[in-house]
Amino acid sequence: MSPTAERLWASRRHPSFVIGGAIAGMVLTAAALAVFWTPYPIDGVDALNRLKGPSLAHPLGNDHFGRDVLSLLMGGALTSVTVGVTAVGLGLGIGAPLGLAAALNRGGLIDSAIARVSDLIFAFPAVLSAVLITAVYGPGAVNAVVAIGIFNIAIFARVARGAAIGVAARPFVTAAAAIGRSRLGVALVHVAPNIAGVLIVQATIQFAVAILAEAGLSYLGLGVQPPEPSWGKMLADAQTFMFTHPLQAVFPGAAIMLAVLGLNLLGDGLRDALDPRLKPLRLG
Amino acid sequence: MLAYAAHRLLQFVGTLVAASLIVFLALEVLPGDAAQILLGTEANAETLKALREQLGLDRPAVARYGGWIGGLLTGDLGTSHIYGVPIADMLAERIALSAPLALLAFALSTVLALPLGVFAATRRGSAGDWAVIGFAQIGLAVPNFWFGILLILVFAVQWGLFSSGGFPGWEAGIGPAIKALILPAVALALSEAAILARVARSAMLETLGEDYIRTARAKGLSERRVLFGHALRNAMIPVATIMGLQFAFLVMGAVIVENVFYLPGLGRLLLQSIFQRDLVVVRDLVLLLSGFVILVNLLVDLAYAAIDPRPRTAAAGGDAR
Repeated sequence: MSPTAERLWASRRHPSFVIGGAIAGMVLTAAALAVFWTPYPIDGVDALNRLKGPSLAHPLGNDHFGRDVLSLLMGGALTSVTVGVTAVGLGLGIGAPLGLAAALNRGGLIDSAIARVSDLIFAFPAVLSAVLITAVYGPGAVNAVVAIGIFNIAIFARVARGAAIGVAARPFVTAAAAIGRSRLGVALVHVAPNIAGVLIVQATIQFAVAILAEAGLSYLGLGVQPPEPSWGKMLADAQTFMFTHPLQAVFPGAAIMLAVLGLNLLGDGLRDALDPRLKPLRLG
Repeated sequence: MLAYAAHRLLQFVGTLVAASLIVFLALEVLPGDAAQILLGTEANAETLKALREQLGLDRPAVARYGGWIGGLLTGDLGTSHIYGVPIADMLAERIALSAPLALLAFALSTVLALPLGVFAATRRGSAGDWAVIGFAQIGLAVPNFWFGILLILVFAVQWGLFSSGGFPGWEAGIGPAIKALILPAVALALSEAAILARVARSAMLETLGEDYIRTARAKGLSERRVLFGHALRNAMIPVATIMGLQFAFLVMGAVIVENVFYLPGLGRLLLQSIFQRDLVVVRDLVLLLSGFVILVNLLVDLAYAAIDPRPRTAAAGGDAR
């Protein structure tokens, strides 16, 4: 086993890893299940059961269209996970190679270009980018993904750069360069595997941040549009009825909180297992 | 330090210009222009042409960008297409709500988080430490708009202590105005307090393990002197950095929370303008908010350089986060 894999295996007894893993696993399972099955159809409008409280047939009750809340939450989990995975994938896929390239050409053109551009990106948190994209293309789930993803590119570029600079100075890397390995070879074979741990931890945190951001954007009406289910949208609807049906506002919020809590705990557990000195970036 | 400050200031101006270009170009690729959007697709060509001339849309893009920036520099932010009033007046009115809200939340989170972080660090592994860690985990996970809704349910609907939203205006007196901002500020402060408490705790733990702390204890200083005289002062450097950055994010969080509580601040204006397609207002607002983030980053970097006098390179300057 590689050192990273060994430490990951050792982390299976870490309490935040176990609790976080269990919660995150639950959310992922709900999302995966929602792909082909929910207790009731997500768009199953039922005029006779509007705003009903929990019952045996509908354990979490019905929303203002009479739709089953549990089914909507499962659909919302699928939306959150899809947006989260895509936004983190964008950040990791584009940001990490850029950060690696910057670290190995430290002070060079790519390095300073990336530093300047990421400074600029940090000035546009997801809400602002989403507003700009909405102005052009109208609101939608893709906007949320792009707005959150762009921010993630800057985060991963920065984290990968910082970690790679540390690794690149170590003797086995300079030795590999000395015996004539190409720069690309050094980057891929020697540096990349050694920053994987940092990136995994950061990815877990960004996944949590992405779920929060998606919910926030959809709450504002800038993200996922009806009839697509979204936890943030459900909360916005619930707010309309909160004086008469407060329970409507409880479940979607609790779902967001659980998903984010699970991922954050998982990230903390992974960090402790991989390298307790790691300080992942936490913005927004 | 002076060379660094000059260099950083130049970068600041560069980033600001780049941000303004992004905002301008993003709205430039719109299908149809502002006149078309205002009048709809049914408008006749005559009216469209007249409105374009009136809004200055018939000029080339470079001239319009120059006009926009020139206006910003002289304090003329243009006129809202929907309300026909100067945007500068609209913003001034909204900032009078958003700035105090952000400041209140900032103060609340600091007052709550710093003592919690220090307390947890000095009692590492105790029940109190775990309680703080637990609070921070929950605080990070609760979305501010949900927390806002819960606060309304408990304090406005159940107990009737606060109103469920809206703002009486500063004309109604400081008391009622502040009262309307308390629940939103609490909603906004929670996640910031969670992050700050975590950072304060780990910074304090790190400093408490330093050699000079052992020296201070060895020479017989009281634990209080060691904690507050030596440890806290040094732990404050990373804490202050995060606080600066968090202030920028408080303003962003305010965009969402203002909409939960129907507060007429910048965030609500931003959302209204985007849905009403009042794009000149969107343009000014997005630049104002992102410019604010860029400014806070500059101030944090400069403050960091002043506190920590070790030589810094341009590249390291950006790593202060």
